[in-house]
Amino acid sequence: MANTATAQQTKWWSGGKSPFNLEYGKVMMWYFLMSDAFTFGAFLISYGTIRFSQNFWPDPNVVFNAFPGTGHTNLPLAFVSVMTFILIISSVTMVLAVHAGHNGDKNGVMKWLAWTIVGGLAFLGCQAWEWHHLITGEHITLIDGKLELIGQTTRHNPWGQLVDHNEMLDAIKNTPANVLAEIVHEQKHDSNLAELLKLPKDQLAGMLNTAEMHVREKGPVAFGGYFFGITGFHGFHVFSGVIINIIMLLMTRNNVFQNKGHYLMIEKAGLYWHFVDLVWVFVFLCFYLI
Amino acid sequence: MSEVTFHHHIEDAEFKKRVRKTTILLSVITAIELGIGLTIYTIHKGENPSHLLVLMFKGLVCILTLAKAYYIVSVFMHLGDEIRNMIMTIVVPLMLFIWFIAAFIIDGNSYKNLRNNYDRHFKESTMPRPHHAEPAAPEEPKPGKQ
Repeated sequence: MANTATAQQTKWWSGGKSPFNLEYGKVMMWYFLMSDAFTFGAFLISYGTIRFSQNFWPDPNVVFNAFPGTGHTNLPLAFVSVMTFILIISSVTMVLAVHAGHNGDKNGVMKWLAWTIVGGLAFLGCQAWEWHHLITGEHITLIDGKLELIGQTTRHNPWGQLVDHNEMLDAIKNTPANVLAEIVHEQKHDSNLAELLKLPKDQLAGMLNTAEMHVREKGPVAFGGYFFGITGFHGFHVFSGVIINIIMLLMTRNNVFQNKGHYLMIEKAGLYWHFVDLVWVFVFLCFYLI
Repeated sequence: MSEVTFHHHIEDAEFKKRVRKTTILLSVITAIELGIGLTIYTIHKGENPSHLLVLMFKGLVCILTLAKAYYIVSVFMHLGDEIRNMIMTIVVPLMLFIWFIAAFIIDGNSYKNLRNNYDRHFKESTMPRPHHAEPAAPEEPKPGKQ
């Protein structure tokens, strides 16, 4: 009796055979990923629609040109290429984990899953640095005829068009002394900000190195919201992927899959992880390359 | 699993070769994309950026990205090894993207054109200016017109 009961339970597809020659859970994972692809697609297409409705859009090489530990050196695309390679490599280690599962090699699965988790955490760390840098890194921006120091948020960003020299000189005249003091401090790192803040405006204006100053207008408002929204949604997928992989690692260690006799669950986690890599390929294209 | 009729079995050596080949392919395509990204950057910095050239490079990057997506889905996610019906239930619905992308981007573009035609403030305040703009000289009276 017990035997017939279990036999009936495994008949998920009537007839007991999968028309796709795939396990039920894996087919459903594919359909979930397809719907997720439409979610990401809708976000990216909405970004594209707004971008096509604007005459001006920030150049990604101007926005993403920083690298940890190099200060203000102009390194366009360098950091994001590191992030991309991290994700590609973690995708490869996931393939190796799935393959080890096919061979029933418990230690292999654990080793490669651990590397995949390391890759995922490294990617999240990079993204945290990038967000932090964009939000807190302030740039001189022309707003309402005067200069202000702003970072990139969902409300405003400093990535508009370059302001020409004479317009910048006019704006300096209208800029309050405390902003000028901060700009001078930014140009001369050995200066003391507290001392500068005491100086009169005219003296500060004279200390500015105007030849080296690049002032931009405010960029399109939508830029910040789309960037943080879409990379944040992707980052959340990476985060949940790391959590899933950690659970898989613990289950493997506790012999759950060994006792079941198969490692199909690792394949499903693998599909999700590769999908995260796949989405990044398109996010990388839409935000950083074109 | 009982509902799976036959299993794919892949030899270790064959598998390693495939994974190595795909990894190298993905890395090389990414490196080429980065190269194109930097080329676009240098074109933008130049005196007279050619918009057609930039557009062609951007199109090339899109095609390379699709190639990368194909390799990830087909090899890493093993969709290429599944039976044809399974591939079709995934790929056919994704065809909706062709309409999705085209319709919405054309819509955005049309909105921009309408605003440039009917909203002069929008046009004058947002139209990109050349990088090293000369102060606009007062227009010389053209002899033929008077």
